[in-house]
Amino acid sequence: MSNTLGFRTKRMPEPRLIFEQSNKGRIGCNVPVADTPEVNLAAILGETRSDLNLPEIGELELLRHFTRLSHINYGIETGFYPLGSCTMKYNPKINEKTAGLPGFANLHPMQPVATIPGALEILVGVQDMLKEITGFDEITLQPLAGAHGEMTCLMLIKAYFESRGEGKQRHVVLVPDSAHGTNPASAARCGYDVKPIPTTEEGNTDMEALAAALDGSVAALMLTNPSTLGLFEPNIEKICEMVHAAGGQVFCDGANMNAMVGTTRPGDHGFDCMHLNLHKTFSTPHGGGGPGCGAIGLKSHLEPFLPGPVIRHEGETVIADSDRPQSIGRVSGFYGQFLMEVRAYTYLRAYGKQKMADISRFSVLNANYVRARLKEVLPPAHDRPCMHECILTAEKYKKENGIRALDISKRLIDYGFHPPTNYFPLIVPECFMIEPTETETKETLDEFCDALIEICREAVETPDLLHDAPSTQIVGRLDETLAVKNLNVRWLPTSV
Amino acid sequence: MPYIPHTESDVSEMLATIGASSIDELFREIPEKLRVKPGALNLPDALDEPRLMAHLWSISKKNVNMADVTCFLGAGIYDRYIPASVGAVISRGEFLTAYTPYQPEASQGYLQAIYEFQTMVAELYGMDLANASMYDGATSMAEAAIMSTSIKHREKVTISEAVHPHYRQVLATYCWSMGIEIETLPAVSGGLTDLSANSEGTSCIIIQYPNFFGGIEDLAAAREAADKAGALLVVVADPVACALLKPPGAFGADIVVGEGQPMGVAMGLGGPVVGLFTCKKEFIRQIPGRIVGRTKEAHGDKPGYVMTLRTREQDIRREKATSNICTNEALMALAATVYMIALGKNGMRKVATSTVQNTQYAIQKLTEAGATLHYSSKVFGEFVLSLPKDPAVVRDALLKRGILAGLPLGEFYPELADSILVAVTELRTKEEIETYASALKEVLA
Repeated sequence: MSNTLGFRTKRMPEPRLIFEQSNKGRIGCNVPVADTPEVNLAAILGETRSDLNLPEIGELELLRHFTRLSHINYGIETGFYPLGSCTMKYNPKINEKTAGLPGFANLHPMQPVATIPGALEILVGVQDMLKEITGFDEITLQPLAGAHGEMTCLMLIKAYFESRGEGKQRHVVLVPDSAHGTNPASAARCGYDVKPIPTTEEGNTDMEALAAALDGSVAALMLTNPSTLGLFEPNIEKICEMVHAAGGQVFCDGANMNAMVGTTRPGDHGFDCMHLNLHKTFSTPHGGGGPGCGAIGLKSHLEPFLPGPVIRHEGETVIADSDRPQSIGRVSGFYGQFLMEVRAYTYLRAYGKQKMADISRFSVLNANYVRARLKEVLPPAHDRPCMHECILTAEKYKKENGIRALDISKRLIDYGFHPPTNYFPLIVPECFMIEPTETETKETLDEFCDALIEICREAVETPDLLHDAPSTQIVGRLDETLAVKNLNVRWLPTSV
Repeated sequence: MPYIPHTESDVSEMLATIGASSIDELFREIPEKLRVKPGALNLPDALDEPRLMAHLWSISKKNVNMADVTCFLGAGIYDRYIPASVGAVISRGEFLTAYTPYQPEASQGYLQAIYEFQTMVAELYGMDLANASMYDGATSMAEAAIMSTSIKHREKVTISEAVHPHYRQVLATYCWSMGIEIETLPAVSGGLTDLSANSEGTSCIIIQYPNFFGGIEDLAAAREAADKAGALLVVVADPVACALLKPPGAFGADIVVGEGQPMGVAMGLGGPVVGLFTCKKEFIRQIPGRIVGRTKEAHGDKPGYVMTLRTREQDIRREKATSNICTNEALMALAATVYMIALGKNGMRKVATSTVQNTQYAIQKLTEAGATLHYSSKVFGEFVLSLPKDPAVVRDALLKRGILAGLPLGEFYPELADSILVAVTELRTKEEIETYASALKEVLA
């Protein structure tokens, strides 16, 4: 068994909550002491509080606490992380170093724009490179995450239709049944009615259903390409033409951009706008679930509505333009996830013109390799080459052995691997969505495939091993129903 | 390319297993005319690691950073001390490179840290509970407003003019897209929100504490006004100020949100930062974003942590979710967690106390130098000064002397065209404040 997760076993002592380690009088930082004259707080502030119940911990104990916690947490640097739709690629260390430069990390968002030419150069540099890679006319880096980018795109579409007097009439957004949950949720956030579009057995958009749904009420189609089934939509140009003919707009969910970088450009496919997840495709770290980083790309007809400030070239210089009468307004507090843009910039410049296409080429190679190696034990949902991720089904183990995809995934943890995505897309039964990314070696993929093949054998011969998995972690399978029933979302001196 | 480890023999073996003759063949489903010709993209050349570092260094040097000048600029983002332990923890690969903890057994470290985060944020605000964090303070407030409309089934929100202008702009964008009306309460004339208007029919009253001008709002009066309107009280609060001030929860606030950046997060031109979101227990099922809960093993007694109340979220509820939010700001929440622990009860109080002390000294010195304190309200760490000269001119002149004097307010409040917003954190020294005052005196002379 691989040992990537084995350094912290259940035989070691329980991690205690920080509150249980508190001891009166300790402090974990040599805080600055003001040298200005002391003041009478009550006279200046009125009533102050004396009941602040925060822990009192020394600095070494603090670091040991978090080091212990890190040992019971899995990251890309711990081992293979084949989560489909998440693009868990290596996050280069140089990116952390550049983002930490004082000339970036120590900038105040309200300081005069004239004092941040370097920051504007980074922002416009990322925008220019992303324009070229995606084939869109404009990019904004204002949205703070992928879902925030989706929502911003829909707002642009809404403002566009309002400007044409079609705002009320076009109240429907079409969303394929294979789409990420954020798509319908973002549409609802913009006041749209959501209508699902089915997927064909081959894994493509159902063209007849789409044709039937297209009328004057449709504002947009939200399409993920490659789809969440890991397949490139072969009718993409036709689909965009149909939606445009009906007066609608087409949004591209860019979660799967990794399959396209340097190889094909969504802007050329006919899309009007798209969102990108810089934390997926362009290697900014996921950080345990955020910060995300959601750039969006758009065609020039949507440009007047861009959220402000718009960072753009003006002659030889770069400006932050807030004087835009048709703008939808601000979508976030300041300039977006600036330090993430520094990381993305660093990453893009490391690949450059020469190597950019390697991202998509090797991610697609790795996914097809995993698919080929596993096809006997976990058949692919579709008999077509996949893009950067492969969708496999464990249906036969459920039918024949009472083993679900989740059981197989939990057993993978015992083998030292983070499980792939399960049960998404919703339309494939007992599904595994495996996205290896381009940064994994053949050896790692082989170890992973060997483990899955072995687990599929166990599913038939010793299914209990899977029901009880994982058994190597600090905790066994957790009771999620109990968590909802007896809600305990904060520590209180009596709550443990 | 060090990030892509494939050797030539790897590629040929892999293609053989796949049954393909080339990598190109794997892309055959993409119509030929939609494929980019090799080398056709107009991108800059690839840079090796030392050149890349040198290139980014040279760009970074073009900016004036807050280590080059003395920062008296606040307005929502603050130059506070970040303990060394914060960087040490958040740069650990197990945290930095983890995904959302959807597999709780392999993610107990992060889940426990977020549970600790939720506990301490709720404690600071004096509220029942907190979520696992939001994108930033501005979007956190917009989410609170939208949550209020769905709790109250009313399509209107009321906000004080003394809430950060950017926050109000974000709220306006969100409300426009959802068809929600915004009513604004005046504040500019007195520096504190005028709560005398009848806000009937609104779902919430939103007020900032301390407000954008630094003034400490009367939350008891705000609670009364909200009750009168049958509305929720939403407070945007500075978590550091809440270590010393009576927290919003003690006044009966329903939802308290804020910007967590002052607690251990780099200013970074305003991102990534971290939105805080807390509310009363009764609203937990309407809360947006992730929440971590404590539970135990399904087949054992050991405690553990999971993401809970997941049926509110977009991946399950789709268009009926409480919000479209998928990510939180976990890494910045972790930074804030380390900060709150490192400083703890006494350290946070010391930082807040030093802020008040330095602020009072700055008010004294800067008014002696020829500026006028614009409002008479109680302030925490920020205040408005009226100047006898154009504030932008004064700011630029002081910047030449290495002092970032504050934020000229005319852009946001035409009535305050002669004023500047000054912030003084625990980091400012007596000498720096005196240097600011004497430079101001010269510039105003």
